[in-house]
Amino acid sequence: MTIVDPVGEKIVVDPNVVNITINDKPVLARKGEFIIAAADRTDDFIPRFCYHPRMSSVGMCRQCLVEVETPRGPMMVVSCMTPVAEGQIVRTATDTVKKAQEGVLELLLANHPLDCPVCDKGGECPLQDQAFSHGPGESRFIEEKRHYEKPIAISEIVYLDRERCILCDRCTRFADEVAGDPLISFTSRGNDTQVLTFPDEPFSSYFSGNTVQICPVGALTAKPYRFKARPWDLDQTESTCTSCSVGCRIVVQSSRDELVRYQGVDIDPVNWGWLCDRGRYNFESVNSTERLTTPLIKDGSELATTSWSVALESAARLIRLALVNGSDSVAILGGARGTNEDAFAWALLADQLGISQRDAQLGDGLTPEIFNLPQATIDETCAASTIILLSPDLKEELPVLYLRIRDAAQKRKSRIVEFSSRDSGLTPYAWRSIGFEPGQQAQVVRQTLDTPEMSEQLRRGDVVVVVGRANLAENESLTLHALAELLHTVPNAKILPVLRRGNVRGAVAAGLTPQKNSGDAIDILTKAATGKVECLILLGADPFSDVADSTLVERAFAQIKNVISIDTFVNRSNRNADVVLPAAAFGEKNGTTTNLEGRVSNVTQQITPRGTSRPDWIIATELGLSLGADIGVSSLDELHQKMISCVVEFSSCANVAAIQSDGVLMVHETPVTISRSPIVSIDRNSYNYRLVVSRTMYDKAQSTVASQSLSGIITEAAIYVHPLDLARIGVVEGTSVRVGIDGTNIVIPVNANNGVHRGTAWLPYNHTGVDIRPLLNIASDIVDVRIEVIK
Amino acid sequence: MSVTYAHAPGFVAGDRPKIVTSRFEFADSYTLERYLATDGYKGLRAALSRPANEIHDDVKNATVLGRGGAGFPAGTKWGLTPQQVWPRYLVVNGDESEPGTYKDRLLMERDPHQLIEGCLIASYAAGLSQCFLYIRGEMALAQERVATALNEAYAAGYIGKNILGSNFSIDIILHWGAGAYVVGEETALIESLEGNRGMPRLKPPFFPAANGLYGQPTIVNNVETLANLPWLMCNGVAAYTAVGTKTSPGTRMVAVSGHVKRPGVFEIINGTTTFRDLIFGEEFCGGIKDDNKLKAFVPGGGSAPWFTPDQLDLPFEASQVGPAGSMLGSGAVMVMDETTDIPAAALTLTHFYAHESCGKCTPCREGGTWLERILRRIVDGSGTDADLQQLLEVGAMICPGDFPHAANEKLGLKAVPFPYKMTTICFVGPSAFAPVHSALTLFRSEFEARVTKRVTIPVTAVGVSS
Repeated sequence: MTIVDPVGEKIVVDPNVVNITINDKPVLARKGEFIIAAADRTDDFIPRFCYHPRMSSVGMCRQCLVEVETPRGPMMVVSCMTPVAEGQIVRTATDTVKKAQEGVLELLLANHPLDCPVCDKGGECPLQDQAFSHGPGESRFIEEKRHYEKPIAISEIVYLDRERCILCDRCTRFADEVAGDPLISFTSRGNDTQVLTFPDEPFSSYFSGNTVQICPVGALTAKPYRFKARPWDLDQTESTCTSCSVGCRIVVQSSRDELVRYQGVDIDPVNWGWLCDRGRYNFESVNSTERLTTPLIKDGSELATTSWSVALESAARLIRLALVNGSDSVAILGGARGTNEDAFAWALLADQLGISQRDAQLGDGLTPEIFNLPQATIDETCAASTIILLSPDLKEELPVLYLRIRDAAQKRKSRIVEFSSRDSGLTPYAWRSIGFEPGQQAQVVRQTLDTPEMSEQLRRGDVVVVVGRANLAENESLTLHALAELLHTVPNAKILPVLRRGNVRGAVAAGLTPQKNSGDAIDILTKAATGKVECLILLGADPFSDVADSTLVERAFAQIKNVISIDTFVNRSNRNADVVLPAAAFGEKNGTTTNLEGRVSNVTQQITPRGTSRPDWIIATELGLSLGADIGVSSLDELHQKMISCVVEFSSCANVAAIQSDGVLMVHETPVTISRSPIVSIDRNSYNYRLVVSRTMYDKAQSTVASQSLSGIITEAAIYVHPLDLARIGVVEGTSVRVGIDGTNIVIPVNANNGVHRGTAWLPYNHTGVDIRPLLNIASDIVDVRIEVIK
Repeated sequence: MSVTYAHAPGFVAGDRPKIVTSRFEFADSYTLERYLATDGYKGLRAALSRPANEIHDDVKNATVLGRGGAGFPAGTKWGLTPQQVWPRYLVVNGDESEPGTYKDRLLMERDPHQLIEGCLIASYAAGLSQCFLYIRGEMALAQERVATALNEAYAAGYIGKNILGSNFSIDIILHWGAGAYVVGEETALIESLEGNRGMPRLKPPFFPAANGLYGQPTIVNNVETLANLPWLMCNGVAAYTAVGTKTSPGTRMVAVSGHVKRPGVFEIINGTTTFRDLIFGEEFCGGIKDDNKLKAFVPGGGSAPWFTPDQLDLPFEASQVGPAGSMLGSGAVMVMDETTDIPAAALTLTHFYAHESCGKCTPCREGGTWLERILRRIVDGSGTDADLQQLLEVGAMICPGDFPHAANEKLGLKAVPFPYKMTTICFVGPSAFAPVHSALTLFRSEFEARVTKRVTIPVTAVGVSS
């Protein structure tokens, strides 16, 4: 349809636009959208409790009643479930509507306790606000209110106060519809209706914090924020979460210069307002009393506090000393947990000093080459006809990406084709889930894609491959071979890389990646083990925890003369360091970060850095001055501008407004291709179990351990096998068994798990209790172990 | 007084016409043997011998009205499903739980095969691929009889693959409810059948005909509606429309309870039989118990606004009962004589609806209980005159605007036609208010006698002489 306007220009009218009138004002609406969504773009606010734009409407609270003209006169409808229609006339504030809305509010308040002064929600409560704006002003309810036991813990983190609950179905709908964890539900009926968990089953969802955020009253509260602050004394700033590489937009809130809460911000391209519990609650680690607050220097066998000038001078001396033996005597590991600017400052310093051995990925990532393959955004991934997963369990590692892909498969008819060695959180939603034994992925991918059924599916439309290192007991090349097979069959596929640690993309682009053909983190450590690295600089990296092969790390650290660590905590890798410099943590510094799709957005400072800790980029600058290697920047802004002009990938990042909201996509270099390799099948012994080692959401990550609300959730290390394999081993669940390879043994409890394929054994990485790392050997393609009963 | 009815095919002259209750007189009416001996499954044979669209047309032309409460013509309802969308379902609403209604229970207990045959004919005519029979949880005998009948019919080849040698195949699945009034509402019934909490869905977008069970086109029919079909198939449209009136042809079953001499289920002629015939007619209830005076009656199940003796001469015809301010509903008449304690009667009904609210819509969940608590206070003797106004105001939050009411000129009321406006999804909420509103408007003096007058103590500021 086209319309010619008075100037004579043709205006193309979108056929999906519907003209409606709200309170006598014309409004353009989208076909199929509900009245309330259209009204949200006007000044006429329709009160609501159950409606949430990211979830299906249920029409439960009845607060959003409006009048719509019909041939039989005005009819009262709920605006959250009534779609717009051409010529529709909507009135949101007639006497009838007002009376109905006041009535519903009076009824909602009838049984709602008036404990606002002691309720965490008081001051930011939709019920409170709308009782003022649309309520009757007083209640005629003189009966006794409903009574329930005051807050009951429904999970480790979340508390439920059923007296405050107005039964809007938001939390229960979220759990079922968005998270896929229907662990809370309505029980009883009528006046006794209440939200509850099932008996003996806690609300142990990775996404439980979202229910607290969307609760329109104070019925759901979370342990980390309960009674910590009142909304009116919160300071807040918008930022980007860097707990994982999804990069969810958040609001960072503080009170008395302490972080007290993160809330999800709804941006279309990334998180839709959702957050995972780890990202939401690990701010506690920033407030931790264990934080490093002053520089430390080795004094005998102990670390002693010192001043910044002494610490920087000794660090400079150690680096200078090592550089005497050539620039390859110094190596830099880490940098993916900081900002782009932090990484860029360190890269500048390394350039000045000629240090080419640097790697922000710690042996568990993918070669930076794949960032130059055609990249998909999260939106493109979720819009693809076929989403191929060759990745770790996204629910465990990139939880909000899991939500987005689950939504795509459930509601948008995208089909998931999953290749994995173990059932993942997305397996139930996969169109086809194809299991493979570690080592066989390239072969399985080739065979699967050759089937007529799969070929037809791949021809249906866009294909996006979500690729990452699914198994830490596996060599990187196996994943790359499988990816090469995929791209050979589907050359037009775009890829979405799954990255561990928040800012791998940014750090790599900024230059913290191997230069001039020098090796990656594993090569650096291997070289160090032969005594060729004298000085190792750790940028927020803890190889003892981050690198899977602990034997290699131990051998390397035994040979490295000097370790300089820039970190927020003392950990195993810097406990014996020569110099430890305290770094400012998330929330204590400004800058930008880059998520897995290459989206650059800002992180902001909300509180003062603890003690004398400083952002990494300042440390790099100061250390440069001590070394006589001035990187030539004196402010973050200068550094940022320099980064934009020097690094091609960041050249698109001049748009400050965009960086402060939805983010800006990086510029990608010329695309590369990766070549196929001959398929080698890896023989195995049927008495052995092939290891699958992967991360879970709650492991011994520093930020989890140092957050008191989360640390209790971390489970003990155990090995998991298929129930039939457990029967074959001949022990009951929980029995300790000996798991060994070539004389290296660990003793660990064994459990049955239906998601583990037969003949394989799953070991979650970095859990409390037994250290499983001695079993891992980065040099071999795969790891086969024998599981023996201890007699 | 005995009434003689016009002779119609299928009836013996002078008999009351019996379309759905014809086998009730036999002790073994529920067995396949008896059913076959009394023209059983003949209607199905007749239907299968003709094209499906002709059968559909017959049902349309016969204007078989839905007997569940809304009175929507079944043939028209079948036509609302989108064509060529598969699978499509028939769901039989046997969750009869409206207070005072027990006609479907008797149909299922006494003549299960007639219902099964009706299901088969409907599925054939409307081109449905699967049938679900949802029976209320509390009806143990009905469940047992229907289950046995289904087994007999399967064994005899009336259900299953290639029924009676035709190309028509269908399965009937029996589902027992768990006992919730609101599941009688068709969308809540579908939710329950899917294994979810029985809560109504909003129409639109969930019109079962287009988006019903498992998101597929679904026809939800009442038990009695379907029980009419075998007779219609055997005797034809003309015979069916010869009984009753043009707008309400055939017969309908009415369950009468309360203060009458002979309570029970009666098959009456649609559209012409009046409430007076039913309550006072010798062949029906035979008058008020102990020859007391009639005080009020509920014409169509617990949620219908009440009628007073002035309206006794209204016939069972929706087009007359609706404008008079009530509804025929589910075919249940509750009779109250002069000894009835009206506030207590209203409380009994309101308690039922408040208790049965599913808890979804705020006005019903909170308002229903609030109404009940105010009423209980009044019945217990601790209410005040302000409570009477409060009842009406709480009711207005559930049903804003004028409430439908039987015209009663003595009270200066004008009849407002049924249905009411409501702020809830389904009728459970308004149903909690309907008895309160009727009782309070028609018998206000009984309430006033129960409450004490609230004395307002004038407040004077300290130090100010008044």
